Amino acid sequence: MAFESLSDKLQGTFKVLKNKGVLTEKDVDEAMRQVKLALLEADVNFKVVKEFVADVKEKCLGEEVMKSLTPAQQVIKIVNGELTDLMGGEGAKLEYDPAGFTVIMMAGLQGTGKTTTCGKLANFLKESGKKPMLCACDVYRPAAIDQLEVVGKAVNTPVYTDRKSKDPVKIAKAAKKEAELKGFNVLIVDTAGRLQIDEELMAELENIKDKVKPYQILLVVDALTGQDAVNAAKGFNERLAIDGIIMTKMDGDARGGAALSARKVTGKPILFMGTGEKYDALEAFHPDRMASRILGM
Amino acid sequence: FMRQKIDEDMMDEIEEILITSDIGMDTTEKIMNELREYIKDNMITLPKNIKKGLTDIIIRLIDKGDRNKLSDKTPLVIMMIGINGGGKTTTIAKLGHKLKEEGKTVMFAAADTFRAAAGEQLAIWGDRIGVNTVMHQEGADPSAVIFDAIQSAKAKGIDVLICDTAGRLQTKKNLMTELEKMNKVVSREYPEADRETLLVLDATNGKNAISQAKEFNEVAELTGVVITKLDGTAKGGIAITIADEFDMPIKYLGVGEGMEDLEEFNAEEFAGGIFNE
Ligand SMILES: Nc1nc2c(ncn2[C@@H]2O[C@H](COP(=O)(O)OP(=O)(O)OP(=O)(O)O)[C@@H](O)[C@H]2O)c(=O)[nH]1
Ligand SMILES: Nc1nc2c(ncn2[C@@H]2O[C@H](COP(=O)(O)OP(=O)(O)OP(=O)(O)O)[C@@H](O)[C@H]2O)c(=O)[nH]1
Ligand SMILES: [K+]
Ligand SMILES: [Mg+2]
Ligand SMILES: [Mg+2]
Repeated sequence: MAFESLSDKLQGTFKVLKNKGVLTEKDVDEAMRQVKLALLEADVNFKVVKEFVADVKEKCLGEEVMKSLTPAQQVIKIVNGELTDLMGGEGAKLEYDPAGFTVIMMAGLQGTGKTTTCGKLANFLKESGKKPMLCACDVYRPAAIDQLEVVGKAVNTPVYTDRKSKDPVKIAKAAKKEAELKGFNVLIVDTAGRLQIDEELMAELENIKDKVKPYQILLVVDALTGQDAVNAAKGFNERLAIDGIIMTKMDGDARGGAALSARKVTGKPILFMGTGEKYDALEAFHPDRMASRILGM
Repeated sequence: FMRQKIDEDMMDEIEEILITSDIGMDTTEKIMNELREYIKDNMITLPKNIKKGLTDIIIRLIDKGDRNKLSDKTPLVIMMIGINGGGKTTTIAKLGHKLKEEGKTVMFAAADTFRAAAGEQLAIWGDRIGVNTVMHQEGADPSAVIFDAIQSAKAKGIDVLICDTAGRLQTKKNLMTELEKMNKVVSREYPEADRETLLVLDATNGKNAISQAKEFNEVAELTGVVITKLDGTAKGGIAITIADEFDMPIKYLGVGEGMEDLEEFNAEEFAGGIFNE
């Protein structure tokens, strides 16, 4: 399971605290050092960790905690609260355009899982009673259009393609028109993977955003990412003002810290997690449940 | 390295650079300890003189001499393996292109029969660079593709056969067993061929890459790694941990999506890259 090693380490740290009864400032310091190491080991971004630990520590050293009868319990409660906040607090859901037709645009670095997740989303939407259509806007990667067609077939969802065009903006516009005309109510736009520092390709996404007005722009983040996750997430968010994050490849032993960092630096919620290569391997993300699971509560 | 003097703040900053480039915690500690010794032994007082020592320490961890180079024996079978989306198929295209430019004959085996249009992706690359691709239908047994490709490569006297495999997370037991089976087919059908088994590591990956190296090495006896996506902002520091911990040579670096975007590994440059903006 993802987050497993983080979970083990944090729980280990708290066990030591619980056995102490009365806590001194030194005990809290040591515990926070352990929490810091555990988070870094879990690929949470360096700066995010520093801030997190400083916040937790400040709260822990408050009088109510140190003087309480069960200080260790209080510390764990604080960490749980902060961890839930870090993961996104209440949690959030995919939103639909109240006008009745929703465009969802996928974006992200190369190979994070956008095309596969398009299929998963289509599947999810159908189960939620929507009528989705897919749109192939990756005109660069060899066989990207073929890939989305195979995906579409697997989830019984039509795919708009234009193999002659090299212009994703034009393709997306035409797809939207056709989808509306044919009575679909969601269009999922697959886009090519790109680096957030690729000026030309980032401008292309801005252009699609401008012309097609996606109601939801979803950043697909690979759960295996390390420290770089914040650079990518910041870059995409600054250019596109994303609406949410999908964290993929959570089925392995991903540490998952990267996605938390991506959430933190963008302030945008993690909506789903991908837990496999099949099209039903998509789960809603619940920050509170995930935090409790990590802390074994 | 622009500071006035070497103090704990500076050491903290260096540690931060190492950690944020994804070098593992243990390796970071090891590098920091060696650096402290280097500073003491050489009586270094100026921050600007630290950089060389630091780069040398990292070079020592990753420089594996001749093992950093791909075998130039023929016939050669290269298996490209790794987790999902790391860049295996694209790296095969780049490597095939490079070997062809060097005058070798190359063939591709599309043994990823699982991912949607994976075979088509490889075949399109093959067409672009003028390499034949042996391909079966989606869902076919990957070992059967390898078997056929070997027979065809033998018959045509091909120098290098490069086999694409489906991405798999190292925790998926049955998929790892499938990989073992593919390897057995190569050993059995082509014992005279030299072998390279390359793990494709995505530079954006964090500490999970350590377990990737460990688990893939256990089922497939890796001969080296290729680090992809170094054209982005990720430094790929985890490769330093892997080179050190598993005595694993890094062979190539991927620096883009085009067929020319493959560089031979250079320890000095890679170590220096960690400290570039
Ligand atoms: N294990 C696992 N694999 C996944 C998951 N999501 C996607 N993948 C795999 O990751 C690889 C890359 O997925 P794609 O959907 O092609 O990624 P992409 O972002 O569209 O890639 P580009 O278009 O090249 O940028 C494929 O092998 C997928 O099967 C997931 O949640 N778990
Ligand atoms: N920027 C950049 N992108 C790369 C590099 N290497 C591969 N890619 C991109 O990463 C994405 C995934 O590459 P693939 O070669 O399909 O990866 P794979 O490991 O074969 O993926 P699966 O077969 O799905 O597991 C594609 O969009 C590639 O163009 C690189 O060095 N730099
Ligand atoms: K880089
Ligand atoms: Mg794609
Ligand atoms: Mg592939």
